Amino acid sequence: MSDDVIHRFTRTVPEWRPRVVPVKLAEATPEQLEALQVTPSNTKVSDYVLVLAHDVETLKVRSPLFNAIMYGKGGLSRAERELGALAASVVNHCIYCAAVHADRHAQLSKDKTVTDKLFAMGEKADLGPRDRAILDFGMRLARTPHEATVEDVQALRDAGLDEGEILDLTLSTALFSWANRLMHILGDPVRKAG
Amino acid sequence: MTETIDTPTLPATSVTASVAGLSGTATEAAIAARRDIFEKTEAAEIAVLTPAEAGGLSHDLRHALAARIAALHGADDQAARYRAGVKEATLAALADVGTTAQDPRLAAMLRFTDAVSTKPAGITAQDVRDLQGAGISDADIVRLAELNAFLAYQLRLIAGLRLMVEAAR
Repeated sequence: MSDDVIHRFTRTVPEWRPRVVPVKLAEATPEQLEALQVTPSNTKVSDYVLVLAHDVETLKVRSPLFNAIMYGKGGLSRAERELGALAASVVNHCIYCAAVHADRHAQLSKDKTVTDKLFAMGEKADLGPRDRAILDFGMRLARTPHEATVEDVQALRDAGLDEGEILDLTLSTALFSWANRLMHILGDPVRKAG
Repeated sequence: MTETIDTPTLPATSVTASVAGLSGTATEAAIAARRDIFEKTEAAEIAVLTPAEAGGLSHDLRHALAARIAALHGADDQAARYRAGVKEATLAALADVGTTAQDPRLAAMLRFTDAVSTKPAGITAQDVRDLQGAGISDADIVRLAELNAFLAYQLRLIAGLRLMVEAAR
């Protein structure tokens, strides 16, 4: 167990080591197997999902909700939904979530500079006006209690976001306020030693 | 039968019912276009607050914790809504921020809830070990984390929708 726990933001996705014992596939109930979408041809399930299987009723509704918010057709671009996810993940210091979604943002936008700057400079990163408005709103919404204001919403409109796009951004930041509290709380981001 | 309504019909959910002044707004139209997400959010509230298999977290305790989490977020109306779901008076007291419990298991859950809601970035492996040390099972730790995590989502969704409606005025 000499794996190193990662404490700094990175786009290189680490492994995730659970802090609680995951459900064992061999001992899973039929309801858990259904929620895990385990079939004879698909028996690979991550430790993260096996941990969440402890609360199978929530897992069952959470996965389709996650997909609808992050991949639903129309509205805010996929890359900008990733920025909404990143805003929460940076505020909540979820290293694993930030790595996965910074990597996706870089791929979808074909641009690494936005996440490079975000990780290097945090909230003060000098970004284009649209990215800036998205991150400002997302980061303020992610705090507890939230600090987002009508002015932040107006800044999104001024940057060209329409009502549907602002809703999608709200949803992705809110969703990661959820996801961060699972990923960052129930496990550690680690790099395998050697 | 008596009247026709030509505005988009919104799904009846806790979230949409919590946002005043939606009717006829562009925000309402945006919600209607994402109808499935609001229906799934409602299903998640049911799964987290009143699951069939509640484990070591009774429905009463879940509502009391949800009320406390809402209060920690400054969402007093949501705190009142969840508190109304607590039947047992001793558990209702836990809805108030700052209260503690004699029972070590409950006390550990309250400490964890306060930290996960307000300072999630600072949570470490020790916080999880503290729950385990208080005799809380791993399954209940996941249930407690999901309750906190779902509320963090729902409260921000409501807050964001209110800002959208206000900004459009």
